[in-house]
Amino acid sequence: MKPFQFLRPRTLSEAAEALRRPGAMAYGGGTNLLDLMKSHARTPDVLVDMTAVSALQDIALDAAGDLRIGAAVRNATLARSPLLQRHSPMVAEALLSGASAQIRNMATVAGNLLQETRCAHFSNPDAGCGRRDGGQECDARLHAGREHAVIGWSESCRAVHPSDFCVPLVALDAMVEIVGPSGLRRVALADFLLLPGDTPQRRTQLGAGDFITGLILPAAAAGFAAHGRYLKVRERTSFAFALVSAAAAVQIKEGRILAARLALGGVAPKPWRVTAAEDCMGGRPPTADVFRAAAEIALSGAAASGDNGFKIELAKRTVVRAFERATVGVAPLDAAMPASVFDTLSKA
Amino acid sequence: MTQAVKFTLNGAECAVDLDDPRVTLLDLLRERLGLTGAKKGCDRGQCGACTVLIDGVRVNACLTLAVTVQGAEVVTVEGLATQGALHPMQQAFLDHDALQCGFCTPGQILSAIGLMNEGESGEDTARVREGMSGNLCRCGAQPGIIAAVRQVLRARSGQTG
Ligand SMILES: Cc1cc2nc3c(=O)[nH]c(=O)nc-3n(C[C@H](O)[C@H](O)[C@H](O)COP(=O)(O)OP(=O)(O)OC[C@H]3O[C@@H](n4cnc5c(N)ncnc54)[C@H](O)[C@@H]3O)c2cc1C
Ligand code: FES
Ligand code: FES
Repeated sequence: MKPFQFLRPRTLSEAAEALRRPGAMAYGGGTNLLDLMKSHARTPDVLVDMTAVSALQDIALDAAGDLRIGAAVRNATLARSPLLQRHSPMVAEALLSGASAQIRNMATVAGNLLQETRCAHFSNPDAGCGRRDGGQECDARLHAGREHAVIGWSESCRAVHPSDFCVPLVALDAMVEIVGPSGLRRVALADFLLLPGDTPQRRTQLGAGDFITGLILPAAAAGFAAHGRYLKVRERTSFAFALVSAAAAVQIKEGRILAARLALGGVAPKPWRVTAAEDCMGGRPPTADVFRAAAEIALSGAAASGDNGFKIELAKRTVVRAFERATVGVAPLDAAMPASVFDTLSKA
Repeated sequence: MTQAVKFTLNGAECAVDLDDPRVTLLDLLRERLGLTGAKKGCDRGQCGACTVLIDGVRVNACLTLAVTVQGAEVVTVEGLATQGALHPMQQAFLDHDALQCGFCTPGQILSAIGLMNEGESGEDTARVREGMSGNLCRCGAQPGIIAAVRQVLRARSGQTG
């Protein structure tokens, strides 16, 4: 690991100042960054620990019904928050499906949004990777497989965004709150995360000196609280990244779908949401045919980036199953195996 | 520049002058403080062999920088027995032969105590398995491990009604 200086600011202005130092990076739980520093895929000169900044620790519901979550709140703390569980239970379900209990206890909200891809070429500095180093090189070009994208990828990068948490967040129009040299701004998470195109190194809208202070789940998200599920399909029942996943939510009245939300994980460089897929369900009954039609639209244009074409059909079936579960309703939050295809608590 | 880190380690005050912030809590424990209970399996958060409790919460010591435990309460497997009596979780692992080579055992025990502190799993097998999934066992001792953890959780729920 390259030597670095470690700073532990207590206030937002101290943090902002520390992050203006050359080579500085924010440090949350370290569960991703420290790992990448060990393999020399990341080499910050200054680490700025965000977890002692008191202004980044709160979870609060405002009068308008927006849920604001501080950037340094731990994943486990957030998943257990009664405020989140009432507002957007499928977000809690997604959080609990990620990583292990140990890692969820350490990981922070901002760190989860900004976690790097798990593409093996990214974390190996001996491999060519434009996402890591800039440029168009991509050693995954000839070796893409199960962990790579089938939609939204480009010749210069076929990595997927590995987060479970971000999938329902994108479906529910979550906003990222950013502080930087130009002050405070809010950006939709769906726009904040970027597709690789021919600039794979540019992953987000964060500029120099910018950092995340919080996340906002808008009041409208709570309208999907009763019928929203996160379904994660993976290589083993627990402690594995998603092969594909889906966050699916509906509002139903008199047997018809009033509104629907859908985002997919594991298939693209960011959670994949196609609003036309949601809109096509409006006014129709919550049946498998309707869900399949939405899935077809969501994945139109999908193409294997290597030995992974099976993920396209798998994703469509996952969408149907997630919507079937969402229609049944929300699972108790202490589900035996959160978000797993094997959970027995709400069969659909 | 050295960084003074003060924390509680297994109930006793501990002060170290870190000459380098790169040191992980796992390396501090094992290489500098002589506590080799927490194991280094993967050093990347993937196996759970390094699990310790920080302020009662289970974490991976391999992904924790030692400088970040300033002021915290750290518990390792060496701190579990009191006056020679094993912690009930340690005893349960013996009762159920919940190990073969023993490499994963300290991490399993600390993780199980973390699970118990979380108080959400009850003794339900599926929940306990899910809750323990951050700890791998290459010897395949999981059936014994899950039985041991459930025994303690059952005894606990008996006590609290
Ligand atoms: C073995 C293993 C299994 C895992 N399995 C899963 C899984 O199944 N599903 C899943 O979703 N995730 C999984 N993860 C990933 C895990 O969720 C992330 O590592 C974690 O969320 C990152 O959070 P952190 O706070 O530790 O981030 P850090 O490692 O501290 O930081 C990650 C990035 O965020 C940046 N950052 C942190 N805070 C801020 C801030 N306030 N402002 C700006 N930038 C910031 C850092 O600079 C860095 O670039 C797994 C991880 C491991 C190690
Ligand atoms: S050594 Fe820490 S998780 Fe494997
Ligand atoms: S007993 Fe050998 S790894 Fe678990």
